[in-house]
Amino acid sequence: MIDITNQSLNQIIKRIKTKEISSTDLTKAYIKNIEGAKKLNAFVTTTFDYALDKAKQFDNKPNFDQLLPGIPLAVKDLFCTENFKTTAGSNILNNFVPSYESTVTKNLWDNGSFLLGKLNCDEFAMGSSNETSYFGNVINPVGDQIVPGGSSGGSSSALAADLTPATIGTDTGGSIRQPASFTGTVGLKPTYGLCSRWGIVAFASSLDQAGPMTKDITDCAIMLEAMSGFDEKDSTSINKKKENYSKNLKDNIKGLKIGIPKEYRVDNMPKEIDELWEKGKKILKDLGADLIDISLPHTKYALPTYYIVAPAEASSNLARYDGVRYGYRSEKGKDLIEMYENTRSEGFGDEVKRRILIGTYVLSSGYYDAYYLKAQKVRQLIKKDFDDNFTKVDAILTPSTPSSAFKIGEKTNDPVSMYLNDIFTVPTNLAGLPALSLPAGLDKQGLPLGLQLIGKPLDEQKILNIGYAFEKNCGFKNEIKKWWS
Amino acid sequence: MVVMKSEKFDYFINGDKGKYEVVIGLEVHAQVLSNSKLFSGSPTKFGAEPNEHVSLIDSAFPGMLPVINEECVKQAVRTGLGLNAKINNYSVFDRKNYFYADLPQGYQISQYKNPIVGEGKVLLDMPYGSKEVGIERLHLEQDAGKSIHDMDPSNTYVDLNRSGIALMEIVSKPDLRSPDEVNAYIKKLRSIMRYLGTCDGNMQEGSLRADVNVSVRKVGVKEFGTRCEIKNVNSIKFMQMAIEYEASRQVELLESGKEIDQETRLFDTKKNETRSMRSKEDAHDYRYFPDPDLLPLKLDQKLVDDLKKSLPELPDKKKERFVKDYGLNAYEANVLVSEKEISDYYEEVAKLSDNKLAATWMMGDLFAMLNDKGLNISNSPISAKDFAELVQAIKSGEISGRIAKEVFEIMIESGDNPKKIIETKGLKQQSDPKELEKMINEILAKNKDKVDQYKSGKEKLFGFFVGQVMKSSGGKANPQLTNEILKKLLKG
Repeated sequence: MIDITNQSLNQIIKRIKTKEISSTDLTKAYIKNIEGAKKLNAFVTTTFDYALDKAKQFDNKPNFDQLLPGIPLAVKDLFCTENFKTTAGSNILNNFVPSYESTVTKNLWDNGSFLLGKLNCDEFAMGSSNETSYFGNVINPVGDQIVPGGSSGGSSSALAADLTPATIGTDTGGSIRQPASFTGTVGLKPTYGLCSRWGIVAFASSLDQAGPMTKDITDCAIMLEAMSGFDEKDSTSINKKKENYSKNLKDNIKGLKIGIPKEYRVDNMPKEIDELWEKGKKILKDLGADLIDISLPHTKYALPTYYIVAPAEASSNLARYDGVRYGYRSEKGKDLIEMYENTRSEGFGDEVKRRILIGTYVLSSGYYDAYYLKAQKVRQLIKKDFDDNFTKVDAILTPSTPSSAFKIGEKTNDPVSMYLNDIFTVPTNLAGLPALSLPAGLDKQGLPLGLQLIGKPLDEQKILNIGYAFEKNCGFKNEIKKWWS
Repeated sequence: MVVMKSEKFDYFINGDKGKYEVVIGLEVHAQVLSNSKLFSGSPTKFGAEPNEHVSLIDSAFPGMLPVINEECVKQAVRTGLGLNAKINNYSVFDRKNYFYADLPQGYQISQYKNPIVGEGKVLLDMPYGSKEVGIERLHLEQDAGKSIHDMDPSNTYVDLNRSGIALMEIVSKPDLRSPDEVNAYIKKLRSIMRYLGTCDGNMQEGSLRADVNVSVRKVGVKEFGTRCEIKNVNSIKFMQMAIEYEASRQVELLESGKEIDQETRLFDTKKNETRSMRSKEDAHDYRYFPDPDLLPLKLDQKLVDDLKKSLPELPDKKKERFVKDYGLNAYEANVLVSEKEISDYYEEVAKLSDNKLAATWMMGDLFAMLNDKGLNISNSPISAKDFAELVQAIKSGEISGRIAKEVFEIMIESGDNPKKIIETKGLKQQSDPKELEKMINEILAKNKDKVDQYKSGKEKLFGFFVGQVMKSSGGKANPQLTNEILKKLLKG
C-alpha cells in the first residue's frame, strides 16, 4: 500500500477525486504522522477532532469541483483562525482565541479544505531559524539538530515531514523562501497585495505577504490560486481578476530572458551555492532561455534598509499587545505604566524586544531622517533597480540563501549573522515583487539548497512556469528518512 | 450671538512695566458627522451603552486593518471648502505612537506632514469691524476612547465607543487676540460646520473641543512670546476663563523677570486656574511615520469640484443677502445667519410678514423666550408660520405691540395660533377714530382738574391720559391714533 502522505497535493487531490481515498482516511493518515512527529515540535495546536468532523462532512457530501476537495491543511500560527488559538509563537498571545478567520485561511476553507492544526513559527515571525518561538524551536526533518529556517519553520518542517499535504506561511524578509530552501520544498512569496493581510498577525505591514509552501510547483499553483484574491478589508490589496495558475501552468520557457544579477555573488559565499547557481543557469539555458547578466547596484543596501523599515513598523504594530483587551497580562505592577512594562517584558521574547527597540530608535525624533526616511529613499532605489532591469528580462535567477540550514544554537548569539541569512530574500520584499524558492540540490552534508526566481509585479504565472520547467529537468528529489518516528 | 461692547479693540493686560497683548491660536477638534467611524464600520451614535459600538478594528485585535470611510473624507473636504481653504489632492495618514489604555492600537492614525486641507481663512464680525483669522490646516484623525476614573476607587474603566470616530483637527494661525475673539471664532467655525452638516458642534457631548495656545508680548513687539498649550477645553466659557488666567499668569512671570516655560497645561474648571501637565522636555516623542496599512489618499479633482458645487449658502454669503434683500442692518443680519436653522426660520417668517419687524421680534421676544426655556429655534414651541401671523397682525395694525406681547405669551402656553387668540380673547385693536374719540371725551370729562393742569403747562400729564385710555380699552386702543386724538382734544 502506498503512503498517501508521501504524495504531493495534486496527486492526493486526484486520489480523492477518483475516490481512491476518503477525506477521513487521508486526515487520519496525517494525524498518525503528526502524533509520531512530536519530536519535531512543528505544531503549536492540533485540531484533530475538528478536522475529522470536517472530513466526515466532506465524505458524506463530497464536492469534487473545488480546488482543495476534502484536504486537511495545517497553517502557520500567524493566521487568525476562528475559535482556534492563534499565538504568533508568542507568550503574549498564548491564550488568544480569535473570533474571526483570516481572509487567506477563509479562502482555503472555501475551496474545500479544513484546518488540521496551527504550526510553530518564530515569535511574531521575527527570526530565520524558528528558535525565537515561545513554544520552543522546531527541528528540520532533514536532520536532527538542524533548524528548519524561519520564520515559517513549523510550516517547512511539517511539510517536509509529511505532516500536512501543503501549507501556507508569511514572508516579510524571506520567511517562506528561506525555510523552503532549508527543507527542499517549494515556497512562494507573492506580489505584495495579491493575498490579503486581513486577519494575519502583523509584523511589518508594508512587507508582510502570505504565500504557499508546497512539495512541488503544481501544488504551489493550486494553493496560490486558492488563497489569493482581492479583499476590500485590506486597503493594500490589489483589485484584479483571479487567475487560474494551475490550469495555465506551462513548461515551455523557450526564449524567456533570465537575468543573472552580479551583486548576488557575495563575499564568503560557499562554493556549493555558486555551483548550484551555475547548475540552475545551465538547466534554464538548456531549456531555451536566454541568460542575461544584469546589475542591481543597490542590493548591498537591502539588508540594512530592511532592518530599519521592518523593526520601525513592528515597533508600532506590536504596541497593541498591552495586556488591556486580550492576550497575556502580568499580575504585577501598581499602575497602568507598570502593568504595560511587566506585561510586555514577560510577554515578549528577546528577539521581539530587540526589534521593538531598534524600531523605536529609528523613528525617534532626531533619528527619523537619518534612519527611517533614508531607508525609505533607499527602498525606492532598490525598487527602481528591479524596474529598470525588468524592461530587459522576464525573471531573475539567484540563490535563495547564502548557506544551507545550520545547526540549532549556531547563530542565536549573533543576531547579525542570523540576519545575513535573509540577504538574497529581503530585496524582493522591499520591492514588493513575487519570488519563488525552488529546491535545486544538496550540499556536501546532504542538506537541501534552493534557487530563487524573482518576477515582475503580478507575474506569478511566469515564475511558476519557469519553476515548473526547472523542476521537470532538475532531477531533485527530497529523500527524507523518518528518523524521528 | 455677538454682543456689542465697545467700538474699539481694547483687550490688553496692563503690567507695571508695560501693556501686553495676548496672542491666541486654537487647535479645534471637531467630530465629523458620519454614520460610521473613520476606519471601521462601527456606528458613531452618541449615548450608547459603554463599548456597544466597538468593532474588532476599533479595539485593535491582531490582524485587523483600517479602511478609510469615504464619507468622512468628503466631510473634511466640504469643511475645507467652507473655510475657503486649499484642498490637498494628495494627503497621507500617519501613525502617532503613544501608550494609553483608551488607545487600543497604541497609535492614533492622524495626518502629520501632508494634511487633507491646507491654508484657509475665517471672517469674524467684531464690534470694531470685520476680522480675518487664518487657518493653518485641517487634518483627519481618529478619536481615542474614554477612560473613566471616577466609577471605582481603584480601577479605571475604558469605553471604546468613541475610539476611531473621525475628528477634524482645525488649526488656526496665532491670529486671535482676546477671549471675545475666541468666542466669535469658535461660534463662526461651528456655524460654518453646521451649515455644511459636517459637525454638529455639540460641546456638551464633546463633538467640539479645543487645545488653546496662549502667549503674551508687549504691545508693539513683533516676535511672539513663549506659548503654553492648554489641553482639551470643552466649552467656550472655559476657553475664555483659561485664556484670562493664563495670560495674567504669563504677564506676572514676565513682570517679575522670570521666563515662561513652553509647556502643556490643563485648565482646572473648579479652581479656575491652569496648571502644568508636562514640560517641553517631557513632551511625548510620537514617532510619527506613514501608516503602512493605508495608501496615500489621492482625491480626484472632479470629486472636489462636485462637492464645491453642492455646498449650501454659507453664513457670510447669506449675511450679504440678508442686508441686500431684506434691508437688515449688519448686526441683525449677523445674528440671524449665525445658525442655519435661525436663518431658515427668519426667512419663512419674513416671507409671510414684514422683513424688519420679523427681525426685531425674533431677536427680541422670541430669542428671550427660547433662552429662558433653554430651547433652541429647532424645538421652538412657536412655529415660523404662527410667528409670522403674529408679526403680520402687528404690521397691519390689527393689534398693538403691547397686545402682541400678551398674544405671544398665550401662544406659548396654549399652542394656539394668533388669529384664534385675538378673536376669542377679543384683543383686536380699537382703530375706529369715532369710537376712540367718544371714549377719550368721556375720560377727559371725568378728569377735568387734570385737563386744566395740563392746559396750564403740566404737559407731563399726557402720559396719564394715555394710560387712562389704555385702561379703559383693555389695552386695545390703537396707540398712534390715541395720541393723535388726545393731542387734538386737549388743544381744543
